[in-house]
Amino acid sequence: MEYSYFPGCTLKNKAQELDTCGRISAEALGFHLEEIPEWQCCGGTYPLAEDEIATKLASVRALAAARDAGHDLLTLCSACFNVIKQVNEDMKHDKDICFRANNYLKLDEPYTGTVQVVHFLQVLRDTIGWDTVRQAVKEPLSGLKIGAYYGCLLLRPSKVMQFDDPEDPTIMEDFIKALGAEPIIYSLRNECCGAYLTLENKEIAQRRSGKVLESAQDMGVDFLITACPLCQYNLTQNALSKQTPVYYFTLLLAHALGLKEMKGVSTNG
Amino acid sequence: MDDPKKMKAQIEDISHVDVRKCMRCGKCSATCPNYDDMEYHPHQFVCMVEKGEIRKLMDSNSIYTCLSCFACIERCPRQVEPAKLIEATRLMVERERGANHLKPDMIVQKLDDQLPQQALASAFRKYTK
Amino acid sequence: MQKIGVFVCHCGTNIAATVDVEQVAQALGKEPGVVMAVHYQYMCSQSGQDMIKDAIKEKGLTGVVICSCSPRMHEATFRKAAASVGMNPFMVEIANIREQCSWIHKDRQEATQKAIALGRAAIAKVHLNAPLTAGETPVAKKALVIGGGIAGIQAALDIAEAGFEVDIVEKEPTIGGKMTQLDKTFPTLDCAACILTPKMVECAQNDKIHILSYSEVTKVKGFVGNFDVTIRRKARYVNEDKCTGCGLCTQKCPQKKIPNAFNLNMDMRRAIYIPFAQAVPKVATIDPDHCKMLTSGKCGLCATVCTAGAIDYKQKDKFIEQKYGAIVVATGFNPIKADAFNELGYNQSKDVVTSLEYERLMNAAGPTDGTLLRPSDGKHPKTIVFVQCVGSRDTTCRGKEYCSKICCMYTAKHAMLTREKYPDTDVYVFYIDVRTPGKGFDEFYRRAVEQYGVHYIKGQVGKVSPLSDGTLEVQASDLLMDEQLKIKADMVVLAVAMEADKTARPLATMLTASMDTNDFFTEAHPKLRPVESPTAGIFLAGACQGPKDIPDTVAQAGAAASKVIGLLVKNNLKGNPCVAHCNENMCNGCSSCEHVCAYGAITYVAKEFKMPDRTIAIRRVAQVNPAVCQGCGACTVTCPSGAMDLQGFSNREIMAEVDAICL
Repeated sequence: MEYSYFPGCTLKNKAQELDTCGRISAEALGFHLEEIPEWQCCGGTYPLAEDEIATKLASVRALAAARDAGHDLLTLCSACFNVIKQVNEDMKHDKDICFRANNYLKLDEPYTGTVQVVHFLQVLRDTIGWDTVRQAVKEPLSGLKIGAYYGCLLLRPSKVMQFDDPEDPTIMEDFIKALGAEPIIYSLRNECCGAYLTLENKEIAQRRSGKVLESAQDMGVDFLITACPLCQYNLTQNALSKQTPVYYFTLLLAHALGLKEMKGVSTNG
Repeated sequence: MDDPKKMKAQIEDISHVDVRKCMRCGKCSATCPNYDDMEYHPHQFVCMVEKGEIRKLMDSNSIYTCLSCFACIERCPRQVEPAKLIEATRLMVERERGANHLKPDMIVQKLDDQLPQQALASAFRKYTK
Repeated sequence: MQKIGVFVCHCGTNIAATVDVEQVAQALGKEPGVVMAVHYQYMCSQSGQDMIKDAIKEKGLTGVVICSCSPRMHEATFRKAAASVGMNPFMVEIANIREQCSWIHKDRQEATQKAIALGRAAIAKVHLNAPLTAGETPVAKKALVIGGGIAGIQAALDIAEAGFEVDIVEKEPTIGGKMTQLDKTFPTLDCAACILTPKMVECAQNDKIHILSYSEVTKVKGFVGNFDVTIRRKARYVNEDKCTGCGLCTQKCPQKKIPNAFNLNMDMRRAIYIPFAQAVPKVATIDPDHCKMLTSGKCGLCATVCTAGAIDYKQKDKFIEQKYGAIVVATGFNPIKADAFNELGYNQSKDVVTSLEYERLMNAAGPTDGTLLRPSDGKHPKTIVFVQCVGSRDTTCRGKEYCSKICCMYTAKHAMLTREKYPDTDVYVFYIDVRTPGKGFDEFYRRAVEQYGVHYIKGQVGKVSPLSDGTLEVQASDLLMDEQLKIKADMVVLAVAMEADKTARPLATMLTASMDTNDFFTEAHPKLRPVESPTAGIFLAGACQGPKDIPDTVAQAGAAASKVIGLLVKNNLKGNPCVAHCNENMCNGCSSCEHVCAYGAITYVAKEFKMPDRTIAIRRVAQVNPAVCQGCGACTVTCPSGAMDLQGFSNREIMAEVDAICL
């Protein structure tokens, strides 16, 4: 099984762990991530202006490349998933955007939104199956209380993302369960960490991620997992008082599959 | 002098949001995680665009503090999409001024060695034209 | 050759402002067979009708064409006028030059030409028209009420009062409907059970009323005055005639952990149960999914303890067929599921409840015996937040576009009762608009604010976060103060939208009754025929037609009952003579028409025909039952040999109209 893989800017730099652990775990579970050649950064946030086209082109290029390879397009980073999936939806349903984007790109064959955009977690849930993941686990994480941090980008807008119930998601909790740990539900798991405001206005990002952490700590998590490098940064670097570790979900997976040592995590089960 | 009608049409052109769908329930502002850090709140963007008071919005810091977290879009019972109005207002400023809110030379002092590239990419998309 | 009179109506300025009526009359006067053509200000007025009558008498007209409004408006008026002077009413044709001409066109010249064309078509048809006579069918003097809630109960009582037999079909084991689950009713705050249960008992005691509980309508055939209805009487595994309702079985059954739907699954019942103390009929029912005897054949305890010998594990569903003259639909409503609104925490916390659940928590017969306790820990809540319009006025896929109408009032009731019973409780109500257009309703809401100190806040709740200490952080807008509030609450109550019961859609299909996109039954006219379905003989009562409170439901049920009585007092009903007719010489016996007929009006018979060589052949030919045929015309377009034709709308007549317009 093969997917066209869009790593995104951060996975090549600050979030290499999210990338490498994802790749080796995929191989162990029987699917391969084939990196799209010469991909360009998706831009990090979906351009909400209806009259903009240039900011959507990088996503369209990646989508067309996946189409040419005959694969679904897979991402690990929540932001890439959000941007590319929303652009794909535009290409599928907005004739005007589709026309202008194709006009710009002059592809050999026009792109019309035919590729499926999937997140790594969806592959685990819908294609591999939690049972298979559970059976592949070599180091069960029993005894750990893990909070899933979804943030905004995986879930919203749900009409387009079609990822999970936007208000009561279960996919990451099922993932945690499959690895043998106990998922902890806390209310702000689908609220924003402060996002890119961290650059411009650190105090705001601190307040936002502080609230998220408080909510998770209140429910007694040992640590959090996330699929987004910016969330990971905000929650760890901007935590004002009590720290809670935040790991990439792929690191947790690679660790449970016995592929990668995970510092600071000891199971007591 | 500003022409409110023209500006309103411009906002609607950029955002494709129909402000008349709003029923004034305030759910967008009820759900906004950044409410306390905004001068004008999501529901006010909707009301003020409808009234043509767009200059006030353009002059406010709120256009730079929306997180684009889609919570207001997701939970609005009338499918109004307030975040798109905020984005459109910000773009009016960027495009009018021809200048950017975030300049590359401001970046260096804001960097730390953990900052993910994604933050820069997003901030540039949000704060520049 | 017919002698036709043409009458062109001005309809004030409705027609005359756009159509040159004089020119229309002049042009149509020159058509073959037309002996007179006049125009007049209001043809439907008394003097307009007299004009038609006089002309028929004086000029010996054999046909009449009236160029006026839609036939839906005044066809009956003009046909009646013609009939009063001896003309067959089906010799009167209407050319619709208002809705289909003057109202939709601007150019006077073009509109006038179109009016003339429409008039010509009607004249062409009258030339081919033949007098038709409607047959009569007897009326079955019995009514069926589908749904045994307060709407169905009221309708049944009123119909029985007039002396007619009524059957109530109710899918639950008891009649009473949603009202049985309510604690108090607005705006009088009387106890729902106290005003409902006497009516339930009255139904049981009235010898004209037959309660078929735990039953469903599965098939409907026939037409107004003569509906043939099949009813499934679900096996309750208890003989209704023998059970005394003593309740011993419901105390001894060892299956104790079955979520009790009557209390919205907030407590448990047994596998054999009586929904509540005042159930009618007061008969036990076995829940086949949970009874050990029925699922594994091991138990039988209830049969052992039953002194009446009423338990019958071998009971099977029974199907009964009944004939009815009229049907009242009263299928009611349900609250929508709250799990689609999980930002409000319904799935995350037991202390986030719907309003109907709150109703049970306040009720003396509810899971907490009427003491208001939090479902999570059984403690008394000190701060309660009510959220209105959850899923109402919501155009997204998770909500309903309409206003559910009753939530403002029952929320005010809940808030008021809470403050009255527990004055130490802080009560907040988040609203978008407070809608109280009913007698004494706004006064009621103001009492909640002014007398009981309920905090009404204009704004919506955006997020409810369950915290580890068991409280709920409610994040909400206060639009008037322009603030985002965070309230620490012990309970949150969601006023979720109401939707039509899920049985309504399949029932509407069986009844060929129309529905709107929200699965509410449509009325024949929203203002003038509000309790009738467009399908003759089907009447509507209660929330199946749209969100409604109890007073409106009872009023509508009474109105529906009076319509039913008006129908049942007639011995015969005049049919519609415009029915299908089979030309047996052309019929090839293919059965296509039988298959497309939605009313079951067509059957096939073997008939003898004399052949040209004087032999006798037996052929299968279609036969139409004119009493059942609704004149829809589906068979005429399906028939491959052209044997089927519709009287009054024959293929020749319609082609003549088309030719008159096109040639």
